[in-house]
Amino acid sequence: MKRPEPACLSAALAAAAAAGRPLGRLAGPDDAVGFADLLRASSLGGADLTGRSVLIATRAQFAAAVALIELDGRARRIVLCPPDLDPAHLPAIAGQAGIDAVVTDGDPAAFPALGVSDVLRCGPLGPAAPVAPSRGTEWVLLTSGTTGAPKMVAHRLSGLTGAIRPAAPDAPAPVWSTFYDIRRYGGLQILLRAVLAGGTLVLSDKDEPVSGFLARLGRHGATHVSGTPSHWRRALMSPAEAAFDPGYVRLSGEIADQAVLDALGDAFPRASVGHAYASTEAGVGFEVTDGQEGFPARFLAEAPGGVELRVVEGSLRIRSPRTATTYVGEGSPVLADADGFVDTGDMVALRGGRYHFVGRRGGIINVGGLKVHPEEVEAVINRHPRVRMSLVEGRRNPITGALVTATVVLEPGEAPPAAVKAEILAACRAALAPHKVPAILSFAEALAVTQAGKLARPGASRHA
Amino acid sequence: MSIRLTVLDNIKRIAEEQQKHLAPLSDDLVLTESGLDSLCFAILVARLDAELGLDPFTTEEDIVFPVTVGDFVRLYEGAAVDEAA
Repeated sequence: MKRPEPACLSAALAAAAAAGRPLGRLAGPDDAVGFADLLRASSLGGADLTGRSVLIATRAQFAAAVALIELDGRARRIVLCPPDLDPAHLPAIAGQAGIDAVVTDGDPAAFPALGVSDVLRCGPLGPAAPVAPSRGTEWVLLTSGTTGAPKMVAHRLSGLTGAIRPAAPDAPAPVWSTFYDIRRYGGLQILLRAVLAGGTLVLSDKDEPVSGFLARLGRHGATHVSGTPSHWRRALMSPAEAAFDPGYVRLSGEIADQAVLDALGDAFPRASVGHAYASTEAGVGFEVTDGQEGFPARFLAEAPGGVELRVVEGSLRIRSPRTATTYVGEGSPVLADADGFVDTGDMVALRGGRYHFVGRRGGIINVGGLKVHPEEVEAVINRHPRVRMSLVEGRRNPITGALVTATVVLEPGEAPPAAVKAEILAACRAALAPHKVPAILSFAEALAVTQAGKLARPGASRHA
Repeated sequence: MSIRLTVLDNIKRIAEEQQKHLAPLSDDLVLTESGLDSLCFAILVARLDAELGLDPFTTEEDIVFPVTVGDFVRLYEGAAVDEAA
């Protein structure tokens, strides 16, 4: 069933309300509002930003979501700043995107000087007359590169919502949530689902401990929850994981290996566990719901959902109406190849009728001329039942240029670490070529995860 | 454990891990005939760096590449002396 194309988010909410569909709520850690109430309210004192290029730079996700719904369909362009953006990048972003208004939930006077005349503080919702949407707003998301300035990736609402199916008429309204921030592609998908397919959305907060967020998910009765494999591994390590019982668990943003899929299946036996392939540039590619890592090779012939896939020199390329339209800014790279395919830089290998993700093109470790993707080694390590997560890195070596090293986080258990280490290395030797087996393996209490919810890979530049 | 014993112990362990047939170790044994390949040596150098805090291949200037097991041990013993100086 095809969902009618919304002109903008408020139009979609108004249409749902007019059709008598119950609308859900937007629930942050400290605030909550019914989606229906947003149609007759403003957090900007009713300021008219029609036709403007607006930077939404709030600390709280709640404020960003409210401003987004208010401004979509009116602003010419909306640039969504993720919470961990280095303020040093703001002048370049504002200049390149032609920003002429800023929305913040902090002190406008304290906002960095961007040469922008209007810096608006978004406050409590006040009544406002509904304004008719006038245009298709361009949405700009920032990629989460670890080095250099973030890239600005432009989307249209029709592309962002291309993978969203309408709710089944008789199904109970979902309670959505996501470990992602909604200002990143993965999190934005969940906000858009709550607005377009109905249901309530529970927002996280970047300063909230995982246990607190999980407890809140339990209290709200969250049914549909998404996050990266790193988010989910961290959740599985928390005793508060038992507090909630989702029906639908979604992974994206990193490689979902068999170990994490199986662990989630065990932890949430009632849930369907799916992993989606999506990136800020390529949009939502496809979803895999058979519980297996990787994706069926037949997807290349079938083009599920109209998403065409190609594998060129080992890397996945995607052409679909859901891909971004362009990068914003002068001197930006070209988004798509001559045929309109976006090169994802995600490397895949065909084994047994399935493509398996093996890592990022830029993340390869070169051991004496032999290539190693850190992720393929991590996938083997993570299969050990005592392993919660692992990080594989290259380490400089005077003989082979680099060697593979691994840092592993264990779950509590009886066997001493030395015995577990021997088992992990034995499993690696059984499954991997000798140069891929970690030469040095150490244990750590925890591994760093970026604001975007991905395993922090020092020295590697990763996107989306 | 002395540097010599640490080196020899690691050589034996790495050969076992990598399933290499190790020739009987002696100071005269030529490294390229020891049964260890370059990956084994890379691992050996990394492990010795971790255990002894010494990496003469990276830190020493004008390094003379060791030809025999005896040369290799002396390279590390020399690096330890330089380190202590």
